[in-house]
Amino acid sequence: MSEPAQDLAGADLIPTLSPEETAAIEEECSHLPDRESAAIDAMMIVQRERGWVSDASLAAIARLLGMSVAALDSIATFYNLIFRQPVGRHVVMLCDSVSCYVMGADTLRKQVEEHLALKMGETSADGRFTLLPIVCLGACDRAPTMMVDEDLIGNVSAERLAETFKGYE
Amino acid sequence: MAEGNGKTPAEAPLIGVIEAVGGAVGLAAYESHEGYAAARTALTSMTPAEVIDLVKEANLRGRGGAGFPTGIKWSFVPQGDAAGSGPKYLVCNADEMEPGTFKDRYLLERNPHLLVEGMILGAWAIQASHGYVFLRGEYHAAYRQLQDAIDAAAAKGYLGKNIVGSGFDFELRIHRSGGRYICGEETALLNALEGKRAQPRQKPPFPPASGAWGRPTIVNNVETFCNVPAIIRNGAEWYHELGIGDDAGTKLYGVSGRVKQPGLWELPIGTPIREIIEEHAGGMQDGYALRGILPGGASTDFLVAEHFDLAMDYGTIQKAGSRMGTGTMILMDDSICPVDMCRNLEHFFAQESCGFCTPCREGLPWVEQLLIDIEEGRGKEGDLELLDRNAAFIGGATNTFCLHAPGAIEPLASALKYFREDFEEHIRTGACRYR
Repeated sequence: MSEPAQDLAGADLIPTLSPEETAAIEEECSHLPDRESAAIDAMMIVQRERGWVSDASLAAIARLLGMSVAALDSIATFYNLIFRQPVGRHVVMLCDSVSCYVMGADTLRKQVEEHLALKMGETSADGRFTLLPIVCLGACDRAPTMMVDEDLIGNVSAERLAETFKGYE
Repeated sequence: MAEGNGKTPAEAPLIGVIEAVGGAVGLAAYESHEGYAAARTALTSMTPAEVIDLVKEANLRGRGGAGFPTGIKWSFVPQGDAAGSGPKYLVCNADEMEPGTFKDRYLLERNPHLLVEGMILGAWAIQASHGYVFLRGEYHAAYRQLQDAIDAAAAKGYLGKNIVGSGFDFELRIHRSGGRYICGEETALLNALEGKRAQPRQKPPFPPASGAWGRPTIVNNVETFCNVPAIIRNGAEWYHELGIGDDAGTKLYGVSGRVKQPGLWELPIGTPIREIIEEHAGGMQDGYALRGILPGGASTDFLVAEHFDLAMDYGTIQKAGSRMGTGTMILMDDSICPVDMCRNLEHFFAQESCGFCTPCREGLPWVEQLLIDIEEGRGKEGDLELLDRNAAFIGGATNTFCLHAPGAIEPLASALKYFREDFEEHIRTGACRYR
């Protein structure tokens, strides 16, 4: 592969992985035939720590794995669960797939947008919530569904939204 | 949620133990219900070929949607010197993302040891040294349950080096996905496993010849692996007797939509559609009538009233022009506009195209836009013919690298057939009467 990260100048791009992140990525690499195969795992590890994958994190991961930053970014931008922009403290993902659609997801979406005062893709000014659409969450018997962070919530009710979001401060 | 209707583990091999335990099944509870007995038997007293032959005789077919015979797939893997040097891989496709499908998450969260044991048996059969569970990134609870199960199994000598004293080594790890429906396509999944963009690969070569990192690889669905331990314990004849009709075993069937009791049930494969909807899901909610179903996920053709007495098995549903798919059906009631439902479906498929092939990348957004226009009263004369033409072109299995686009078109092409008067009315009146 090309020389890592040499094309990146500027203080904001100085690699910044923590020892814990580096150790977790190395652990993945030790179980894979080559280091580049850990690209997705590595970005997910960093995102679990920091909420998203910044340019600086991307450069640091690319250097660690011996890849070009561009190659790593082409992978990052393919996957919808890898965030290349900052997100709020809590990420709300509202299912828009067919079972939830049948159970009223289009109406619910408008109600959630109104409740959070956010459109899909936006983050609230106080940094509390980011609202995103998501595909089928595999809980169709409890449609409509959504996730808040790692919590799967079924039978989402427009009347109980305040209660549902309580606790995610 | 899932109900075995009081059946024993012998009658409901997938969820019977969950029922007996009354919740998530830990290692001790799993072992007390014959857990890991099949792995012990196979690894110490059966050859890999004997395991493959037994799975073939049982006629286990892939439960991820395609229905390919599992034992035959396993037999494609080169053995001995023919395999060349290096590891062989066994991969579980736990990237459950077919809209309307909610069966694998249940197994992963409630009985992860069943999957681990199924994978040990698969690994022995193809002599794989490394296994991966390719897990949906959003399945956090499943991740925790499965990782605990893998750790517990390893501590007890069921994974790792010299499994149950047999001399066989098998390391099992979880890959948590970064998202995208296309990862469910097995060669796209392998690219994602290798840390790459999940674009499908040219076939042939097929994964049993050249898969993960260029080595022989088998990819099976969660539910498929979960069928294997009981087949090894109880034999092919027992497995055949579980099913109704031509197919063998049980199936996790699910129903979502406006029924009284949406849910998931383990039933004999071949149970009629009407029985699943009316007896198990409790029939339609008051005030709603059933118009059509997608029998096995978003990428299967609609079936309508004339089909509801058919058996839910691979051959019968295929003869009716659709696919059993994942076996979890989505119901369209009479409050839902067929045009708008197709718009929802094609939005999903357009969004989830990997973008590599033109018919899929350009055709699906075009189809979605036509459906938006028709739904919102801007439909024009000739639009239906344009949709028909696109459906035929995008649905042509040889026009694209993988089957994403043909699958995407199945619900639309069948809706154009069964609900054509709804489409025509939208264009004629410039309005949607469901709004």
